[in-house]
Amino acid sequence: MTEVNEAPSGASRSGDGAEPLLRLRGIDKHFGPVQALYGVDLDLPAGQVTGLCGDNGAGKSVLTRCIAGAHQPDHGEMFFEGRPVHIRSTRDASALGIETVYQDLALADNLDIVQNMFLGREALSRGLLDEDSMELKAAETLKGLRVTTVRSIRQPVASLSGGQRQSVAVAKAVMWNSKLVLLDEPTAALGVVQTRQVLDLIKRLRDHGLAVMVISHNLNDVFEVADRIAVLYLGRMVAQAPAADFDRQSVVEYMTTGTASANGKG
Amino acid sequence: MTADPGQTPVGTGVGTADLTLDAAAVTADVPAELFAQSLGQYFRASWQRVRGGNAGVLPVLLALVVVAIGFQIANSKFLGAQNLVNLFEQSTIYMLLAIAEIFALLLGEIDLSVGLVMGLSSVVVAELVQPTGANWPWWAAIIAALLASTAFGAIQGTLVSRLKMPSFIVTLGGLLILEGVAIIVLGGSLVGIGNGGFTNEVYLYNIFWGTFSPVVGWILLVVLVGAAGGGLWLQDARKRRRGLETAPRSLVAMKILLIAVAGIAVVAICNVNRAHAGTIEGVPFIIAIVLVVLLASTALLQRTRFGRYVYAIGGNPEAARRAGVRLPVIRTWCFALAGLISGIAGVLFASWQVSLTTNIIKASNSYVLLAVAAAVIGGTSLFGGRGKTIHGVLGGLVIGGIYNGLYLLGVSSQWIDVAVAAVLIAAAVIDVLSRRGAPGKA
Amino acid sequence: MTADHGESPATAAGTGTADLTLDAKVAEADLPPQLVAQSLGEYMRASWLRIRGGNSGVLPVILAIVIVAVVFEIITPEHAYLRPSNLVYIFGLSTVYMILAIAETIVLLLAEVDLSVGAVALIGGAIAFKLVQQPGPNWPWWAAILAALAICGAFGALQGALVALLRIPSFVVTLGGFLLFSGILIIILGGADSTVSLNTDDPNQNFIYDMVQGLISPLFGWIILAVVVGVAGTSQWFRAAARRRRGLVTPPVGVTVIRIALVTIVGAAVVLVCSVNRGTTLKHVTGVPWVIPIVLVVLAAWTITLQRTRFGRYMYAIGGNPESARRAGVSLPKIRIWGFALCSATAALGGILLGSFFYGQYSTNTADPGQLVLYTVAASVIGGVSLFGGRGKAIHGVLGGLLIGGIAYGVSLLSLGSLSTPLTYILPGGVLLIAVLIDVQSRRGAGA
Repeated sequence: MTEVNEAPSGASRSGDGAEPLLRLRGIDKHFGPVQALYGVDLDLPAGQVTGLCGDNGAGKSVLTRCIAGAHQPDHGEMFFEGRPVHIRSTRDASALGIETVYQDLALADNLDIVQNMFLGREALSRGLLDEDSMELKAAETLKGLRVTTVRSIRQPVASLSGGQRQSVAVAKAVMWNSKLVLLDEPTAALGVVQTRQVLDLIKRLRDHGLAVMVISHNLNDVFEVADRIAVLYLGRMVAQAPAADFDRQSVVEYMTTGTASANGKG
Repeated sequence: MTADPGQTPVGTGVGTADLTLDAAAVTADVPAELFAQSLGQYFRASWQRVRGGNAGVLPVLLALVVVAIGFQIANSKFLGAQNLVNLFEQSTIYMLLAIAEIFALLLGEIDLSVGLVMGLSSVVVAELVQPTGANWPWWAAIIAALLASTAFGAIQGTLVSRLKMPSFIVTLGGLLILEGVAIIVLGGSLVGIGNGGFTNEVYLYNIFWGTFSPVVGWILLVVLVGAAGGGLWLQDARKRRRGLETAPRSLVAMKILLIAVAGIAVVAICNVNRAHAGTIEGVPFIIAIVLVVLLASTALLQRTRFGRYVYAIGGNPEAARRAGVRLPVIRTWCFALAGLISGIAGVLFASWQVSLTTNIIKASNSYVLLAVAAAVIGGTSLFGGRGKTIHGVLGGLVIGGIYNGLYLLGVSSQWIDVAVAAVLIAAAVIDVLSRRGAPGKA
Repeated sequence: MTADHGESPATAAGTGTADLTLDAKVAEADLPPQLVAQSLGEYMRASWLRIRGGNSGVLPVILAIVIVAVVFEIITPEHAYLRPSNLVYIFGLSTVYMILAIAETIVLLLAEVDLSVGAVALIGGAIAFKLVQQPGPNWPWWAAILAALAICGAFGALQGALVALLRIPSFVVTLGGFLLFSGILIIILGGADSTVSLNTDDPNQNFIYDMVQGLISPLFGWIILAVVVGVAGTSQWFRAAARRRRGLVTPPVGVTVIRIALVTIVGAAVVLVCSVNRGTTLKHVTGVPWVIPIVLVVLAAWTITLQRTRFGRYMYAIGGNPESARRAGVSLPKIRIWGFALCSATAALGGILLGSFFYGQYSTNTADPGQLVLYTVAASVIGGVSLFGGRGKAIHGVLGGLLIGGIAYGVSLLSLGSLSTPLTYILPGGVLLIAVLIDVQSRRGAGA
């Protein structure tokens, strides 16, 4: 079936010079008379965390959904591992190894951790659910991501804290040989301790060699984990560079005005 | 239909840190088996869980005890062998309908037509075996009735899942239409299967009234307990070997013991001669039928992908959808299964009533309340995602006990209806309150 | 109960995307024409656009009434359907469904459902009938009616409390209530086969009997019509004029005129039909049944309550978005409990009318409470009330009740022999499903 994610051979850690895992060029998307994205370019290198920033309505969700296969762009090209691809559905995205964790987490409260992690992709043995191997695999994945605060993986998800739920949702995403993980506002509803848990988890994903894209309003979080920052303003990509090239002020300026003054590093 | 998000229960609100969680509340919501190392620890953890609001099958077991003791005090014949077998027999209908209803309730839907599906199925099977009419063999009539009920359930399921109509309306309209159809099939008069001269009818009659001989009853019990016990023990051993989480071994032993005791009690009671003259003894066939339905539906819900998806849809339809579950398919199948099991109940119903009239068909409508009450009393939630088929069996037993007990006391049928309505409301109240007590649930 | 957020309709706007993605045409189509029209012509065009956008108001039910009338007129033996005597009978029968449908509408607006209306109606009728019995309690008719309304209102409040305070799904509570009340009905009547009837020689009891069976003389009928049209018409006119004077948005003058004209025409038609002699030459039977003005009063009362009072406004708010109503300070439990209570009280009135319709007899065989509920819900929904809450008016209940009454009676006129009883089950069931289907589809079409 699937193996726990080790760093794929050949994955670059720094990203410079090597082909990004996912490359978007000239993405346009409109809904009726309204244009949501104008010619967006985006690079998502493996082994790096890219923070996607932008004000409300800038198009972050639309862009994410285009990558995840929930929307189809009207123009533009996508290259995955160097090959041109057309992602027409979420299944296509999953097949490529692109997994998304939406803001509402999409966990069923009445099921336990194992059942949630395997939802839709259960293991069968002789036609019946193979609970044992699913449990083993789930435990292994959680351990690999060093999610240790959960006391039992047979706990119903409803009894977990926000940070633990987020961890389960992320673990669910990475269990399936994924190469790119998209996280939509992962720390939005979390307190201090739980945010720390999730940020550490994101770093671990990167260390495993995945490409990670994090949408976030919280610039503290972004600057803590992001290796690259991309800023959307009214549907256009107005800045995209290594995180070191930005400071908070310049990011905010890009988000609110589309440009940065000469004082900023942008 | 209305959700008041403002009324959030105690516990993890969105945005509160880990630290604010009441530690007791957390442990309370986790199934106790997970952490207990010994039987003693298990019971302590269970008790804490019950106090946290997640009572499982405890209420229904308590209810059973209360019903048993209460009615026995009121009428000393209640726990007598003859009456108990009567009780079991009556309860089988409630149990089956409750199991049927559970398939809809788990999805977070409801099926108000189960009573009439049963009614229609009973009429179909009775009419088809009439020697002066269709004169079908009994097994063919049964298959026809089951096909009809399943098809009807599937139609209702399609309306709910693909046309997005609320289930209570679809099944409300469905039951109206079925009532009309049943009356048409009945031809406005009466149909009976009591005529001993025709073998087809005898077979049908025996479904409800026939029994296993005592010896066979014991043999079946031994086989059953042996298989169940052995299965549980081996499963436990296998989990231990692979290092997975397990319950304390003594708990497994206790479960096997409980099954054995319950089985022995049932068989022993049934084997007592309960005829006034002559011999009537042995475990009724219908108990075996209910057992088969129970085992099959339990396996379906707990051990297959389909069952997993049913719970997922009941818990969070959006999550299920995103995980690739095909909601319309699962939903339609659930309603079809509800129809099928109601159809089985219909066959038993026909056999039980022996003769069916329009009034009896109209009265079959009230069974839906008993079915819902049984399911909810047993522990299935009205809001979806929580429940097991064993709940239907236990709840059906409680309802049967109440009906039987009140009838023995000479209470008139309208007061019995009042009592059952009160029980339904009480069960619903408990369901809502228990949801509130447990953290994280709306 | 199932909400699949993922399957969002045409607008395709996921969470987080701006308002801009709304299809402009849809937005326009969803506006009430009054707001945008400057002239009668514009009004008509805007109305048509709104209908095409899925928000068709009372049009479907009026169409349905017309179709039913035509179809039954054709297929009944001797084309007797539209004969005045039959029409008056339909009016009489429909009034029961109208009242019950108005009652159910109250609860439907809250996005709940009351499955016990049938049983409650029967209890209300039985209580009233029992209280005027002589020898017996011999209460004055108005006291008996008030008592019935009050008791049933209390039952409703009880159900409402369980729904509002404990958040038990309304269909479960009212399902249990249905069973409970059916049992209590038998107890009140004094046994499974007993009857309570009105003695028409007693003027006190005769009053209740006359509610449906009694007739207003034709002359008086015309006078009442004139008064009603006069009052309604002038009030509409002056309200519109006052709004125009203050610079507020008002429908074009032509619309108001048409509305008043419509009311007049319909009213005149009803009075005319009722004035035709439907008895024999020896014994004239003419006049408008008292029940029609009674229904008009109830309709007016509820229309005013729902459209012009705070209570009514809060009901719509709760049905549309309970959370925002709660945050605005509306007491959800209070409105809900009152809603259920008033529904049951109104249903009780319907039950009294039912008894009067059946010639002053009340027994357990008078009506099947289950069938009554289904007819009632069908009437409300096909009248235009939405099952999902927040949408509907009292007039919808009236129109739906008329349709259901028409269908029920029409079926009984056809000599279908053994099929007629089953059809009284199958037809409303089918009508209900179709009505709900339309409701669901129209909600989706309008992007709601």
